[in-house]
Amino acid sequence: MSVNRRQFIRNAAIAGAGSTVGMVAVRAGEDAIQPSPDAMGVLTDLTQCIGCRKCEWACNQEPSNDFRENKPMSAFEDQSVFQTHRRHSSDSLTVVNRFEGSDGKPVYVKSQCMHCVDPACLSACLVTAFKKEANGAVSYDSWRCMGCRYCLVACPFQVPSYEYLDPLTPRVRKCTLCFRERTSRGSVPACVEICPVQCMTYGKRSDLIRMARARIANYPDRYISHIYGEHEMGGTSWMYLSGEPFENLGFQTLPDEAPPRLVEGIQHSIFRYFISPILLFGLLSATMWNFKDAGSGGTSHE
Amino acid sequence: MSEHLKAAPVDRKIFTPGVIILLILMANGLFFGLKRFLFGLGAVTNLDNYYPWGIWITIDVASGVALAAGGFTTAALVEIFHREHYHALLRPALLTAMLGYTFVALGVLIDLGRFYNIWHPIVPSMWSGHSALFEVGMCVMAYVTVLYVEFIPVVTERFRNRVNWPGLLSRFNAFTEWVLKILDNTFVRVMFLFTITGVVLSCMHQSSLGTLMVLTPTKMNSLWWTPVLPLLFLLSAFSVGYPMVIVESMIASSSFKRKPEMELLSPLARIIPFLLGIYFAAKVIDWVDRSQLGRLFNGSTASNMCLVEFGLGVVLPLVMLLIPGIRRSPAGLFSAALLIVLGVVFNRINVFLTAFQPPYAEKVYFPSIGEISVTLGMVAALIFIYRLLVTLFPIIPTHVQKEKSHVPA
Ligand code: SF4
Ligand code: SF4
Repeated sequence: MSVNRRQFIRNAAIAGAGSTVGMVAVRAGEDAIQPSPDAMGVLTDLTQCIGCRKCEWACNQEPSNDFRENKPMSAFEDQSVFQTHRRHSSDSLTVVNRFEGSDGKPVYVKSQCMHCVDPACLSACLVTAFKKEANGAVSYDSWRCMGCRYCLVACPFQVPSYEYLDPLTPRVRKCTLCFRERTSRGSVPACVEICPVQCMTYGKRSDLIRMARARIANYPDRYISHIYGEHEMGGTSWMYLSGEPFENLGFQTLPDEAPPRLVEGIQHSIFRYFISPILLFGLLSATMWNFKDAGSGGTSHE
Repeated sequence: MSEHLKAAPVDRKIFTPGVIILLILMANGLFFGLKRFLFGLGAVTNLDNYYPWGIWITIDVASGVALAAGGFTTAALVEIFHREHYHALLRPALLTAMLGYTFVALGVLIDLGRFYNIWHPIVPSMWSGHSALFEVGMCVMAYVTVLYVEFIPVVTERFRNRVNWPGLLSRFNAFTEWVLKILDNTFVRVMFLFTITGVVLSCMHQSSLGTLMVLTPTKMNSLWWTPVLPLLFLLSAFSVGYPMVIVESMIASSSFKRKPEMELLSPLARIIPFLLGIYFAAKVIDWVDRSQLGRLFNGSTASNMCLVEFGLGVVLPLVMLLIPGIRRSPAGLFSAALLIVLGVVFNRINVFLTAFQPPYAEKVYFPSIGEISVTLGMVAALIFIYRLLVTLFPIIPTHVQKEKSHVPA
């Protein structure tokens, strides 16, 4: 073994150790993203919802949502839909489901995009089709979209849906907090506005959390002490108050860490300033040079 | 021995019964492919909002990329570590990688809802450095280009000083010669830069394919979900490269009725246990570190799939290839290499489909006839074009003259 090669192997060992340390450091992830102080949000009080499905209708009518078909109010009056558990689809960006509470009374749960503080869909998208707007809304631009559907894979709340039957201009469909025609202009989302019992409040996220805490403190018998969305997956702009444990109402029990921090931690530590690719390029060039004379003579045969 | 091996166009007729089967599969795939473009993804696939990725992504794209690893691993061995006597294996490996990646791109194209936007990641205003998929996309595009450049010498070698356009086109003969000469004198001189770039790009996107699923910790079975998925994807790509070269070379030999090149393949197989051993160790350390060993043996479907993947795709071939007798026997070597190849494909299927447990899903995804047809059609087309190219270009190493007369049956 020539001096050159011994030295090379030592260098390679150091590089290998270095990258291992890098991989270990990566596991810590990046610091959590904090919601901006101006971020708005919605607080849904599940103890008030009466399951009238007016919000579903208002959502369908809302111009921001570009529905291909606007259905009449009567299409949303059918209560038999509550017999099955429905999820958002390409033609319904919000749905109300019925669950049975522990006292036997029905509990209605409206679901839609949670407008995450640190959205996985946005982190996933390779052409920045999603945007976290200043007011906290996560908007979507179908013009940029390639239709890879990684955002559907990524969303921990299982929100976005896809227009699979459209051969030419399929879109990812999800609630955008009525950003284009409403919340970007200071008005409230269509569903919040139409709700006859006002079970939803649109306001500053920080105010909503304060309000929710106050309600829990004032009516400890009415609410469980958990604001769903305050911390889940790094926090969401849409939050819920409930009298029933959330896991009985179709909500997932989720950790506080936002997955994009972990992934972007990996991506950034490997690719910041193209450090790793450049190092690897150098290492390989050095190897090519070092082994130049090794040729076929020095190798083993069976 | 390598002195007697020289790449040459294979002298075989193109249409055989096997090829006819390939053509039928291709036509069938084309039918469903057209249907998809006319009526949308939903008309052909079983994809839904819970399972947005099916076998086109898992097999055509993710497994395709992994199996094309023979290209960069062989290039590294021959051009960077200067194991020149493996040179005969380089061209077939590069051709597979080139075709493999071309079909990966086709697979992506058919799966994209807005396929005509496939170029969007290149536009700076849409760059999205935080997305692992962005990096995969960019690297794959760049690497396909590198692979085509690496193929230039094969073309120039075939046609230089031999350009002979038919009829009227013959007036372009001199011009074509001139182009080939320029190519030969420029690209071929700086080919080492392309080789190294190819290896770097491969390491980047092979690992980033694993990063894709790091984003979904709550939607994945923890036997497969780990923050070190990118490392595991990279190590498995390293360890599947040479087995793929071996499998391919032996299939080509038998299909072209030649002797397998054991004098090259057996020594090559000695490298595999090192690479596969590192992957083995990384998998075990990861499971132990995340306390998953109990789950691995809990008897559930997922844990059994995982055991099959690891036992048959990693442990068994690792043990087999440590035995010199198996490395020297064509049947033994072929089986071990094939196990590794299938093991990696199974791993990708497991990571992207078996391990994926979307909340609220009513049913589990299973591919439709249309999806299977398109995937089979693509594989058939790939094999067909490979066959076509090796009969046209000097790719497959041939035992020059000496053995032509007495090829064993
Ligand atoms: S809930 Fe899903 S779709 Fe909505 S912002 Fe969060 S990750 Fe995106
Ligand atoms: S489907 Fe569209 S929006 Fe979703 S990740 Fe892909 S390109 Fe982005």
